[in-house]
Amino acid sequence: MAATATGIHHRSYTSELKLRATKAEYFRLALLAVLLLVVPFVMGNYWLSIVNTIFIAVIGAVGLNILVGYTGQISLGQGGFLAVGAYSSAILSDRIGLPTPLAILIAVVLTAVVGTFFGLPGLRLKGLYLAIATLASQQIIEFIIRRDHGGWLTEGKGFINVDRFEFLGFKIGARAVFEQQWYWILMPLAVLAVIGARNIFRTGLGRSFMAVRDQDIAAEAIGVNITRAKLTAFAVSSAFVGLAGALTAHYSEVVTWEKFTLQVSILYLAMIIVGGLGSVAGAVYGAIFMTILPVLIRNVANAVEGSVPFLSDQLPAIQNAVFGAIIIGFLIFEPRGLDRIWQRMKDYLRFWPFRY
Amino acid sequence: MSTFLNLLIYGLADGAILALAALGFVLIYKATGVINFAQGEFLLVGAYMFYTAFVVLQLPLVVAVVFGVVVATLLGVLIERLILRPMVGESAISIIMVTIGLSMFLQAVVQMFYGTSPKQQPALLPRDSITFLGATVPLNRLFVIAIAAIVLTAFTIFFRRSRHGIAMRAVADDQQAAMTMGISVRRIFAMAWALAAISALIAGVLLGDISNVDQNLAAFGLLVFPVVILGGLDSVPGTIVGGLTIGLLSQFVSGYLDPGLATVIPYVVLVLILLVRPYGIFGETRIERV
Repeated sequence: MAATATGIHHRSYTSELKLRATKAEYFRLALLAVLLLVVPFVMGNYWLSIVNTIFIAVIGAVGLNILVGYTGQISLGQGGFLAVGAYSSAILSDRIGLPTPLAILIAVVLTAVVGTFFGLPGLRLKGLYLAIATLASQQIIEFIIRRDHGGWLTEGKGFINVDRFEFLGFKIGARAVFEQQWYWILMPLAVLAVIGARNIFRTGLGRSFMAVRDQDIAAEAIGVNITRAKLTAFAVSSAFVGLAGALTAHYSEVVTWEKFTLQVSILYLAMIIVGGLGSVAGAVYGAIFMTILPVLIRNVANAVEGSVPFLSDQLPAIQNAVFGAIIIGFLIFEPRGLDRIWQRMKDYLRFWPFRY
Repeated sequence: MSTFLNLLIYGLADGAILALAALGFVLIYKATGVINFAQGEFLLVGAYMFYTAFVVLQLPLVVAVVFGVVVATLLGVLIERLILRPMVGESAISIIMVTIGLSMFLQAVVQMFYGTSPKQQPALLPRDSITFLGATVPLNRLFVIAIAAIVLTAFTIFFRRSRHGIAMRAVADDQQAAMTMGISVRRIFAMAWALAAISALIAGVLLGDISNVDQNLAAFGLLVFPVVILGGLDSVPGTIVGGLTIGLLSQFVSGYLDPGLATVIPYVVLVLILLVRPYGIFGETRIERV
């Protein structure tokens, strides 16, 4: 196990393209698989609900990282795209009566289309201009769902109650088994999303995304079709985000505009920054970290409630302050995020007792 | 006619405040190349600092203003020194994100200390109104327009005439050339942040006086983006034209069409401008080379 990354010696293109090259990596994969299979049987409903939230966040964060981390197109419109997925899936399945998986699928395609539309300014703009353009798209989508003019989204109620997930006679059960059954829906989807994203970056298309990120003019000069690469990146990323949005709708069974504000966009950006820009594993670490962090803060606040009552009153503000501080801290001290820290830890162990 | 005149005055007052807020934004972008997403929070912090000095500590008006300016300057300089300077040379995404993190942090800290309920402060500007051409025009809006005009003129004179102002323009133009002329680029960076915080403080106090001191000030601050995109990210006259245009536009839309629509119309304009002329009316078109 000691001879890993530095000792990899590829003899064919197929071996170079493999996702996993060493035995240690296969070992870790097996360990992870066992962990994922055991979790629903050992965890209580409370922690299982957090794990389920993490899976949805993983899908959304992986999607955002395709756009921001791999293609270099910063997007503040994540909340809006989540909303498109959630609202369209909820309306299609409940009001129009399509089978839920079909509704989710259509919602995914619809979000990809909307995402591509809002990606159009990205063809001419980059960096800060694109950030501002996506900020505008977030504000416009947020306005539409918040206002709900004529009640065509929520029939004037301001929210949508989504029926319990049901497909081919199978219906998610009551509270006792609810989380566990959702686990078996969300876990495979999250795993598929991660594997799918990893595979995109083994194809020519994925490589062209990275070329656009690293130097778009140079990429164009060597024959990358920038228009196609950027728009596809917006489409693929929004499809992931749309899936996350649709799953949120069916999992939480209620859709309101408060779930899709600019704050949510920033939260997702925080996930991929904390995890590591331009790394699928990083998006996963970031999603886990940023979902568990508020739970930890809440627990700490509850634990010291007796001695410091100030804390629990100020919980939302404290959470936001910690989020903000974490974004700043990671960008200054470890811009490549948790993924890089994990790599460094592995390197340290591998070369021990030597420094490098 | 009277509605029109009323909306005109309200729009100009809003626009003047927006121009002040946007001025700070443009200053930072011109001098340091940083897009400051926390400009709205500078308004927020400025207004709350003034509120603390004037209402909570019961200081006289002049002392309260000085207190506000000192805190704003410190805030600007500290942020530049502690957060932005380590980020020199990082990608645009990282720099945008660090200011987003900063905006989240500042807003949360303000909320922690002052809560979310709006604060009332005694009127600084007269609340009477005068009748003019059949319209009742509130005096404080007129004062806001006048004060903003004075401050904007003062800033313009500062850039054109004073040593520091000229040094700032030199740094904005070409950092290396400015350095060889003996200008301390670091000091200019700190000054840009401090001045941005001060102009945001003035905007925040004026806005707090004509409405309330509450968390909505930061949301108002987000409107600097339509303003600077319209006027051009690196243009000081552009902020005035952009600010007044956005202020008037949203007031007229809210008065004649629909108040709800008025909150989103600036962003629609923003998208349209980005599609047609991304560098704004007065902005400098940049040619990029590999």
